[in-house]
Amino acid sequence: MLGSFLSFLGDNLQLFYTYTGLYNATWGHLAMIVIGLIFIYLAIRYEFEPMLLIPIGFGMLIGNIPFKDAGLNIGIYEEGSVLNILYQGVSQGWYPPLIFLGIGAMTDFSALISNPKLMLIGAAAQFGIFGAYIIALQMGFEPNQAGAIGIIGGADGPTAIFLSSKLAPNLMGAIAVSAYSYMALVPIIQPPFMRLLTTNKERVIRMKPPRAVSSTEKIIFPIVGMLLTCFLVPSGLPLLGMLFFGNLLKESGVTRRLAETARGPLVDTITILLGVTVGASTQATQFLTWDSIKIFGLGALSFVIATCAGILFVKFFNLFLKEDNKINPLIGNSGVSAVPDSARISQHVGLEYDPSNYLLMHAMAPNVSGVIGSAVAAGILLGFLT
Amino acid sequence: MRKMNDDMIRNKVGVMLLCLLLFSAEAMAQSASSIKINEVLVINEDNYLDDYGKRNAWIELYNSSAGSVDIHGCYLTNDKNDLKKYPIPKGDILTRIKPGQHILFWADGQPSRGTFHLNFTLDPSRENYIALFDADGKTLIDEVVIPAGQRADISYGRLVDGGEAWGVLGRVTPSTNNLTLDSNDRIDHLKNNDPVGIGMTLTAMLVVFSALLLLFIVFKNIGKAAIEVSKRNAKKAAGTPDISTAAGTGEVSGEIIAAISAALHEVAEDAHDIESTVLTITKVARNYSPWSSKIYTLREAPKK
Repeated sequence: MLGSFLSFLGDNLQLFYTYTGLYNATWGHLAMIVIGLIFIYLAIRYEFEPMLLIPIGFGMLIGNIPFKDAGLNIGIYEEGSVLNILYQGVSQGWYPPLIFLGIGAMTDFSALISNPKLMLIGAAAQFGIFGAYIIALQMGFEPNQAGAIGIIGGADGPTAIFLSSKLAPNLMGAIAVSAYSYMALVPIIQPPFMRLLTTNKERVIRMKPPRAVSSTEKIIFPIVGMLLTCFLVPSGLPLLGMLFFGNLLKESGVTRRLAETARGPLVDTITILLGVTVGASTQATQFLTWDSIKIFGLGALSFVIATCAGILFVKFFNLFLKEDNKINPLIGNSGVSAVPDSARISQHVGLEYDPSNYLLMHAMAPNVSGVIGSAVAAGILLGFLT
Repeated sequence: MRKMNDDMIRNKVGVMLLCLLLFSAEAMAQSASSIKINEVLVINEDNYLDDYGKRNAWIELYNSSAGSVDIHGCYLTNDKNDLKKYPIPKGDILTRIKPGQHILFWADGQPSRGTFHLNFTLDPSRENYIALFDADGKTLIDEVVIPAGQRADISYGRLVDGGEAWGVLGRVTPSTNNLTLDSNDRIDHLKNNDPVGIGMTLTAMLVVFSALLLLFIVFKNIGKAAIEVSKRNAKKAAGTPDISTAAGTGEVSGEIIAAISAALHEVAEDAHDIESTVLTITKVARNYSPWSSKIYTLREAPKK
């Protein structure tokens, strides 16, 4: 009697063991957990984009807990599971426009409005997207996949998620993680190329201080900006529409509560959900592929191309500008839309060569125009490659 | 008087909003216009069975829009003199057609068999007129004339779902696409014509630059206009005319002359008083100060 009971107990425990993560773990799961831990470490120790890397890193831990596929509805790819429901915002592409709403409500476009020629730097930096697109095509990716990979060069996480969810959903996890990782690593990637491509004389160029911008101009900007860009590229509407709408909430002066909600609780909530679900989507079985490694390589390359294109464009642009109106090429890197990190890097590198030359405000102009530029580029890719 | 004006403005705004609401309701009602008659099988001998296991002629409708459309309340007819011949019943959730999807009506003359069984049949011996009318029974949504002499089990339909061209279809496709796509034309086109991606890059960069160049031009001009306006406003606020303009015309106001004279006098006579730059802070003997009083840190009781 006791023997059969013990045998029953043993069978139960053995069965239970097959359900545990210990039994189902693979090297892939463990590797992804280690990557998640590295993300968390980088975020806490070096404060590299902690708002993104902590949710993504922890999401990686959540997504890579091994479990037996027993219809428990717990995995992110199991239809109807809690994680799957939260993941719909990523896979259906409705988190990114909400993030853009918040970005619009927190962005001050004054620097851009006061010196609109700096917008063109934001356009030049989009070469990063298409440079990576060309290389991805040569590596054997399909045009739609190459477009989704190229958008990493826009240095804009929400845009990358939005576009990859439409063009190449199977690569979205790798693209999103790659985009956010490189955004966090902008302080490491950009400065060497900024130094390489500029001369000592160029690095100390002092730019005219931006003029004061009236509130009327600030109100006109989102309205005209939305109409012009969306008439030209309607497929960018979800991102551009929400970006400019958020900015109008901020600048109109009569919707303060809405603007505060958009740039505060709303964007925080969506950032949490987006980060954790993107992280959880990197399940080893789906994520650890040769393609993911290629995507990481292409992502780094696209950031480098974007940085170089921005700097070289400023140098080229300076050939046509008067001596007292020249642009410091150190703000060229800010054309990638990692706001405000790349602008801060312009400031840091600029201060190394002239401790009283503050480039931050100037760099914010191409930085925010980079956001517009990458959303426009995403719209074009979506239009051509859907 | 002012209150009356406010009321009038409110009324006008109210009327405007109402008009907008009506306009948008009208726009919503028009969504049924995206429904197309897509494929028709007149002689069904050895083809698709209905839900009663019978073979009858059928008419396929297709939703060509990007949103779901409910066709309840619309009318299907085969008679130009009776536009409301078959009212599509309300209350059946199956009359809602998802974007890009199809729905099939059986022309068996037996409406008692359910929502999708019409009260008319198609006559194989002559041409058949088929039309779909909106809920008002007057607005035509789509119509087609199926030529006489249709062959058995060969359907007549749009060559591409929702497209303009009609013809005899190569295969019968009830409730599915008339043209089955097994590749993406756009992507194939890109692969064939732009394998390196240079064309795509140039096109896209041209559009990105155009978009931001357009913004640059617009805001350059808005900026110029804003600077002009702020200069004008500053002058207005100061209440003084433009000296350069005044000098140009030889007219300088008395106030300007007085201000310049006063400044010259002050400089010449060194009349500006010299102030001590020594700052002395003396301890206040009194220990109590209203600034440190506790009562000022408490919230006031609400007034009744």
